[in-house]
Amino acid sequence: MSEVSLTKPAERPPLGVRLALRDLDGVTLLALPAVLFVVALFIYPFAYGFVLSFKPKAGDWLANYRRFFSDPFLYDTIAATFWLAIPATLINVLVSIPIALRVRRLNRRRVLTTLLVVPITLGTVLIAEGLLIYLGPQGWFNRVLMLVGIGQVRLVHNYTGVMLSLILSGFPFAFLLTLSHLTGIDPSLEQAAATLGGKARARFWRILMPLLAQGLAINLCLSFVQTFSVFPSAVLLGAPAGTTRVISIAAYQAAYEQYDASMASAIAMIMGFCQLGVVAIILASRSFWYRGATGGSKG
Amino acid sequence: MKADRSISERLWAIAVWALVVFFILNFLAMIATVVLNSFSTRWFGTWLPAAFTTRWYKSAWDEFQLHDVLIVTFEVVGAVVLLSGALGVPAAYALARRNFPGKRAVILLFLLPMLIPPITFGIPLATVLYQAHLGGNISGVILANLVPTVPFVVLVMMPFIEQIDPRIEAAARVFGAGTGRLFFHVLLPLLAPGILAALLLVLVRTIAMFELTFFTAGPGSQTLVVALYYAVYAAGVRAGQSIDAMAVVYMLTTLIWLLIALRFVDPTQIVTRVKSEAAG
Repeated sequence: MSEVSLTKPAERPPLGVRLALRDLDGVTLLALPAVLFVVALFIYPFAYGFVLSFKPKAGDWLANYRRFFSDPFLYDTIAATFWLAIPATLINVLVSIPIALRVRRLNRRRVLTTLLVVPITLGTVLIAEGLLIYLGPQGWFNRVLMLVGIGQVRLVHNYTGVMLSLILSGFPFAFLLTLSHLTGIDPSLEQAAATLGGKARARFWRILMPLLAQGLAINLCLSFVQTFSVFPSAVLLGAPAGTTRVISIAAYQAAYEQYDASMASAIAMIMGFCQLGVVAIILASRSFWYRGATGGSKG
Repeated sequence: MKADRSISERLWAIAVWALVVFFILNFLAMIATVVLNSFSTRWFGTWLPAAFTTRWYKSAWDEFQLHDVLIVTFEVVGAVVLLSGALGVPAAYALARRNFPGKRAVILLFLLPMLIPPITFGIPLATVLYQAHLGGNISGVILANLVPTVPFVVLVMMPFIEQIDPRIEAAARVFGAGTGRLFFHVLLPLLAPGILAALLLVLVRTIAMFELTFFTAGPGSQTLVVALYYAVYAAGVRAGQSIDAMAVVYMLTTLIWLLIALRFVDPTQIVTRVKSEAAG
């Protein structure tokens, strides 16, 4: 350190002090292990996979992507995934709004939120196994349908089965997010609107929705990204060779059945790109809705 | 606000509550189906099983080597909890206390693994781990599971540390506490509730983490949820009741920890921590 202060002008403090002034000292270094870990096991694999996807087993650097977009067995998976993910996301997020609006007035919210956290915690594999029996031809659901005279409906090993499992695991998630956004909105804003004569409908559209827009956009993004990467339920509850052959199944088969890591990486990159694209569209369209202070800030 | 309730508003309220009840009813019925089936001798074409037995638990224990699977599960979960705490808490402390240049980029770095779903980054991650000869064994499973949990601990602990007054630490310094005593006598007791909550959430999430374990596990390093997936996938090979007995074991392992976790955290915390950071 003394060397530094000798060679530099006298008023210039030593390097350690200058770094500390910019909040870089021993305490900051505590973040280093975690940062290195995430770089090594998240950023590096992603970059590696990206590069690997341009090094196909055979053909030129774009061969993987060309193969994906020329083989209907592969490129149809994108449509199949969107066909599941978009309705599931919209149902989960939109239905969560009126329910969260009711629940937020409840005093004993905790019972309901605890109940709803259970499906999230149990995860998609268990839900798939449960629904296979419950919605199956001899399950309780179909028995009730027969009892009321609707007759047996085929609900598993097809599109409906996967959709229902996406709702069962995705709705609680969307609901809890919406609820936490709603409870963050200052209730006095709505009371003020009510005092000024705003009816319930007007209060909802003019006060709550603009304040909720930010939260809804994030909710839509997270819900979409989750449903877009559906895997266990698409295999177990769906028709993994037919209507519910989603993109994650194609990626899995490339990696673990054909042992083509390069192709699998290419499919994973395409999957990530689709997710990113939809997230970008949602976040961009949010600014059409509302510009200004975000969320529940009272300022 | 309650005076202006018209009939249509009441109908709307009833419809909303009916939907909630319908959802929860179906979910509970689904769980009940699994539990009942695991105890049934035979259940086909009737409302309730013909008779009850516990023998499927014995057969599931033997057929699926549940003893080994449970040991692996607890080893993986234990290691993930300890390591994500050891890596995440110091990082959260640094991010909460210092405002260094590039802090936003570091926070974004921790947000990404939580926003990008495991399926998307799982395949490249598994490729890299297999190349480093870490795939297919328990260390690979632990490393892969740490990828979302380390950022999770950082993001949960950051606001918790921010609300602890730094003057407490300064006061301890003034009274002559060294770094070691400061850490063990001042910081650790203050941080303990937050660390406990964060690690319990990590625990619950890791037991249920399917994708990353599925991509990196070999025959001897399967956790309970992956073993359950393979059992359901190969349904027909084993008796359905046996699979459901395993499903019940899985549910019990998860729900016991969830119940413990819920004593310390609000249920919404399980999903909403990410969001508040993403919004910021």
